[in-house]
Amino acid sequence: MIDFELPDQIKQQYAMFRQVAQASMRPISRDLDENEHEKPWDFINQMWPVVQMQEAYELKRAERKAAALAAGEKPAKPRKRRPSTVTLLMAHMIEAMSWGDAGIYLCIPGGQLGGEAIKAVGTIEQKRRFLKRFTEGEPKWAAMAITEPCCGSDTANIQATARLDEETNEWVLNGEKIFVTSGLMAAQESDGFVVVWASVDRSARRAGIKSFVVEAGTPGMKVTKTEEKLGIRASDTVSIVFEECRIPYDNVLGSPEVKKKDTTKGFKGVMKTFDASRPLVAASAMGIARATIEFVKETLEKDGIEIRYGLPRHRLTGLERDVMEMEAQYKAAWLLTLRAVSMLDERRPNAIESSMCKAKAGKAVTLITQKAVEILGPLVYSRKFLVEKWMRDAKINDLFEGTGQINTLIVARRILGYGRRELK
Amino acid sequence: MISFEPTEEQQMLIGAVRRFADKEMRPVYRDFDEEGEIPQNLVQKGWELGLTAAGIPEEYEGFAEERSVVTGALYAEELAWGDLAITMHLLAPGLAAYPILLCGTTEQKESYLPQFCEDEFKSATAALIEPTIRFDPAALKTTATLDGDEYVLNGNKAYVLLAETADLILVYAAEDGATQGFLVERGTEGLEVGDREKHMGIKALATYELALNDCRIPRASRLGGEAGCDLGQLMTLSRIATSALAVGVARASYEYALAYAKEREAFGEPIASRQAIAFMLADMAVDIDATRLMVWEAAWRMDQGKDAAKEAYLAKMFADEMVLRVTDGGVQVLGGYGYIREFPVELWLRNGRGFATFDGLAMV
Ligand SMILES: Cc1cc2nc3c(=O)[nH]c(=O)nc-3n(C[C@H](O)[C@H](O)[C@H](O)COP(=O)(O)OP(=O)(O)OC[C@H]3O[C@@H](n4cnc5c(N)ncnc54)[C@H](O)[C@@H]3O)c2cc1C
Repeated sequence: MIDFELPDQIKQQYAMFRQVAQASMRPISRDLDENEHEKPWDFINQMWPVVQMQEAYELKRAERKAAALAAGEKPAKPRKRRPSTVTLLMAHMIEAMSWGDAGIYLCIPGGQLGGEAIKAVGTIEQKRRFLKRFTEGEPKWAAMAITEPCCGSDTANIQATARLDEETNEWVLNGEKIFVTSGLMAAQESDGFVVVWASVDRSARRAGIKSFVVEAGTPGMKVTKTEEKLGIRASDTVSIVFEECRIPYDNVLGSPEVKKKDTTKGFKGVMKTFDASRPLVAASAMGIARATIEFVKETLEKDGIEIRYGLPRHRLTGLERDVMEMEAQYKAAWLLTLRAVSMLDERRPNAIESSMCKAKAGKAVTLITQKAVEILGPLVYSRKFLVEKWMRDAKINDLFEGTGQINTLIVARRILGYGRRELK
Repeated sequence: MISFEPTEEQQMLIGAVRRFADKEMRPVYRDFDEEGEIPQNLVQKGWELGLTAAGIPEEYEGFAEERSVVTGALYAEELAWGDLAITMHLLAPGLAAYPILLCGTTEQKESYLPQFCEDEFKSATAALIEPTIRFDPAALKTTATLDGDEYVLNGNKAYVLLAETADLILVYAAEDGATQGFLVERGTEGLEVGDREKHMGIKALATYELALNDCRIPRASRLGGEAGCDLGQLMTLSRIATSALAVGVARASYEYALAYAKEREAFGEPIASRQAIAFMLADMAVDIDATRLMVWEAAWRMDQGKDAAKEAYLAKMFADEMVLRVTDGGVQVLGGYGYIREFPVELWLRNGRGFATFDGLAMV
């Protein structure tokens, strides 16, 4: 049945996250924007136990599943299983936190995208080895390093290599990664790890690309630069160089074999993690969008300007039309996001829906925040308020996890039934 | 729990309506547009799908166990995909039936609603729009004045669907400044059906101007009796229905353009192989899906008894712009051929442009 009601449990947790955002993020938001490279330690320490609980829960589930498999039990048919609500909850958590501050949200410790990659394709042994750390001790981070100076959108063309040293049974990584979110925390400042994309056979192009887990502090891995950015300044974005960086053989995710040169199955596997992560980036964008719209409406209200819904077009002011356009765009993007998220929870393929919501959300939040600075003009161009910051923060959502164009390209290929040869 | 899956029953209904749209509407809609007529036998066939009666409860001889606006939105999209003019003709009786169901007195419901559940198409309609660019449903120029035991209606209406054949017209008029509905039966003195209107689109659909010159009706014909009607609720319902129609029209154009772009070659490859075309199609797909979800959410809110006014209003605003953008894109993808009436996309653009004007012209 078509239904838009959130389960009570998620409603409650969403309300709680909103409170945390209000109480712990908003008060430090401006400060961390003005002081790039500083970390919100109080907030990190506050969130760490929550992360630990969630990660412990997920790890336990993975253990149970592995035990059942080992005992020879057949896994339930995906569609028969009760849909989970894990992603739905996650999307609401991220939306609420990004309403607080999208940059600070990215500082939350835990597996993040690197962890997701392991959850998606790792063996149970790998999950134990790499994810256990998020259930104990000091805060730790993981990062995902795909982008290189030569190529971001064109991920199939990355240059980093992984060579197998058969004598020591180790992978040897070489190459340079850039724009790695939380790379500093993951590779250097905590006992985390970085998931790195590298090619085991460059002549095989896509089929040769695999992902590898590199533990923090591994010799040969070095953070070489921390970027200074337009927005989300609380989140560190770094370059990492790999020079004869040696890691154990078992740190490769998925099968290390290079399939036939013209098959791209392995590559498609790694790309699949995007189907799960893009709706969550969209959710983050929507948090900023909601923050902005709420601020705009409150500010107008204080000034005695009411937005009159229901009027015929010719009676609306330009301002009202702008605000309504913002709200409609917000709604459109949020509903597309919820759809992609709920399909994930129902374990249904959602590649097209995932790219649709990411493309829409990136565009919508850009428009909404830029419009807000326009219509509230002299007031909010000033750094006294957060709107100008939200506009700067928002823009990242149309860039990372596939730019707006790349996600549009994915949608286009899907609806046309085209591959990358037919539609470049 | 959040879900985007129609129920099995809804899927069956969608299937049946889609077959009707595909088999019965698609082969003929272009001719109807050229000729400006919709043959009665097709209308009758469409009526037999039982859609209007499906929104009327069993106690009034309909077969709605539980009335659902979501279901209405689902079938409205499918019908409009087939053809907008035929769809609006088929749904016109709902413009009288559903306001009676939602706001009518017990007597009004009992005397009128069963008529909409009979086997024969029941021609009925509503008169809301007025022939002025300053038209505002909440500030009508048409007036209703109580005179003893009668209401006297005066004013001019436009876009009155099926006015010539309608047995019942729900006329909206301002009574002391507030919009109320008045049930006017065919042949009432002072009710003058004017010329058939000629529009840019929906050309097969018969719409008329209507003049009310001291048109007197019994006091009991005020919709909802003493309590009157809630215009807001009716506008919300109509915004949901109209937006669902817009999704259907947009989808028709999008699907056609998508298939065409894969066939048509330029510079040695299908035009769909160029991002300028492919991205246009992708944007269309995203906006169509987004609008549909907005319509569903507003419809769902109505079904839940929640206030849906804002959601429906924003959905309509978004849908109006979306359908224009998409149907314009449809013409653009076909290039010069898109301009030729042998191809359907120009018709969808003409229909698409109408949505900003179509206030209160469909209900489900
Ligand atoms: C703050 C920040 C954090 C990031 N975090 C991470 C991270 O954690 N891990 C990681 O691996 N990467 C990360 N990135 C990198 C990000 O994913 C890339 O920057 C992004 O994918 C774009 O790649 P690019 O910068 O090389 O741009 P390019 O690929 O050079 O693109 C330039 C322009 O060309 C367009 N374009 C490219 N190809 C096509 C095409 N085929 N069709 C149409 N248009 C096209 C793009 O849309 C864009 O507008 C981060 C980036 C930033 C800024």
